[in-house]
Amino acid sequence: MSGTLGHAAWVLRGNPVTAVAATGATLLVLLAIFAPWIAPYDPIASNVQVALRPPGAAYWAGTDQLGRDIFSRILHAARIDLAIAASAVSLSFLLGAVIGSFCGYAGGRLDRVVGRIVDVLMAFPLFVLAMAMVAALGNRVENIVIATAFINLPFYIRFARAEVNIRRDLGWVEAARACGDGHLSVVLRFLLPNVLPAMAVQISLNLGWAILNAAGLSFIGLGVTAPTPEWGIMVAEGARFITSGQWWLVAAPGLALMLTVLCFNLLGDGLRDILDPRMRT
Amino acid sequence: MRVLLGIARRTGGRLLSSLPALLGVVMLTFLLMRVLPGDPAVFFASGPSAGQEEIEHIRRAMGLDRPMPEQLARYLWDIARGNLGRSLGTGQPVLTDLRQRLPASLELTFCALAIALGLALPLGIAAALRPNSILDHAVRFVCSMGVCVPTFVSGLLLIYVFYYLLGWAPDPTGRIDIFAATPPDMTGFLLLDFAIARDWEGFRAAAAQLVLPAFTMALFVLAPLARMTRASMLAALGSDFVRTARSLGLSRRRVVLTYALRNALLPVLTITGIVFSTMLGANVLVEKVFSWPGVASYALDALLASDYAPVQGFVLLMASIFVLVNLVVDVLYGIADPRASMA
Repeated sequence: MSGTLGHAAWVLRGNPVTAVAATGATLLVLLAIFAPWIAPYDPIASNVQVALRPPGAAYWAGTDQLGRDIFSRILHAARIDLAIAASAVSLSFLLGAVIGSFCGYAGGRLDRVVGRIVDVLMAFPLFVLAMAMVAALGNRVENIVIATAFINLPFYIRFARAEVNIRRDLGWVEAARACGDGHLSVVLRFLLPNVLPAMAVQISLNLGWAILNAAGLSFIGLGVTAPTPEWGIMVAEGARFITSGQWWLVAAPGLALMLTVLCFNLLGDGLRDILDPRMRT
Repeated sequence: MRVLLGIARRTGGRLLSSLPALLGVVMLTFLLMRVLPGDPAVFFASGPSAGQEEIEHIRRAMGLDRPMPEQLARYLWDIARGNLGRSLGTGQPVLTDLRQRLPASLELTFCALAIALGLALPLGIAAALRPNSILDHAVRFVCSMGVCVPTFVSGLLLIYVFYYLLGWAPDPTGRIDIFAATPPDMTGFLLLDFAIARDWEGFRAAAAQLVLPAFTMALFVLAPLARMTRASMLAALGSDFVRTARSLGLSRRRVVLTYALRNALLPVLTITGIVFSTMLGANVLVEKVFSWPGVASYALDALLASDYAPVQGFVLLMASIFVLVNLVVDVLYGIADPRASMA
């Protein structure tokens, strides 16, 4: 284990940007987990006397129209946004890995049909699809997770398909089959574990995208509802005050969103470059 | 001539192969409609006080008592005749509403795409000509930032800077000042209509309203376009034919623009198609931020009011536009690279 960590540290030293992104992402997750203990104020309790204060010593990111501390709200919002994104991405990761692996292993017509569907889905305006799904399934947080997972699914299916496809006829897969393993066992016990590490890199890239999608959905009024602190809603509520000059209502949660997505994107790019230098652009 | 024929054949083939995709979307919206919580008949009935008899009557009138395949067939038949249902919010047929509002969305999207391409191509080319220079890193930085800032945040911040602080932009609500005269309705595209009416004052006003939302959307899609331009330009510049062109003493301009760029354009074209489809999604957010009276904000209002026919119509419209855009990309692809149509 220490060997692995040591190796990771060695790799990161050669990729300072990735190291910074990894630190940032870790920090974000820690902040989200420990938000209730770190946040200086109650994220929901309003105090109209201090409404719309600009950022200062007492309120680091200012206060909103109800006098709630924006910094505390951002910290608490991180929990919800990260939780939505993480559960959506892991859901699509698991489903996509299994579906993609079986299709890639089976090959033939089924594989071609699934491949075609996936290609079409990937090019479709996915945000619109997510909107329609939430509309149909009902305006609840679980459905935001399901919709976000669904629009992420094609990426994982495609990835797993391609990775399994190049491995299905390799020697060790043949060997497993020759030893009497059934198809199910070959896919689940041999192919899937081999594909997962490469797919895991994709997680980091998709997390950023999932966060943007979830925040976008709640910005337009779907999913998470009003008093709950969530980045998209905070921006939506602050939007009314931007034309009267209270910029921090939008800028603070906006900055949080941006930094989070930036960290995950850079981390994902870095990990991909380390694992597969050919993909570098 | 052979090239044109090739393009036509390719386009026809693509049109045929995209029909299943369109049909799939139709089926999906139909299914989504069916899994909706609640009975549409109750929804369309006069109110919560509607009696069981009235609901039964509406259910029969709507064909909800028929078996599922028959309902699907009816639904497809309705769509084929252009009957997308009626919006509860506006009381008009959905098709009429969409037709009225589509030009606003398209005007915004096309302008944003033009701005994005106008920025991304020169930036990408410049970055590829001097890899690892300061300019290259600056472009990379802007691109990394661009994809991280959600459109609803960047739009609001642009409003803050250009409307509140600088006062350069007009009040960021709608396509045109409510007190301003609208042009005679010809195309629905305000810029075009003003130009046709030779009302340059109005043209400037409409353009001023359009600049901020268009830039908001352009910033979001700048990154993939610029990145792809840079990558494919780099590949083209490193290829043998560019080396040959250089060694023959052709001017730098000719080598870069005629030889390298034309060959580098194909991947950029593909990405442009994908980018356009992300823009259709981003429209929802941008239209909300700028109170833009387009189809996306119409669908959104309907969605929040549990008025599903407009949402369904909107998804269908997006799917059709998406198929159409892919076709256009294919035709352009054939023009940019005649080999693609021959194969």
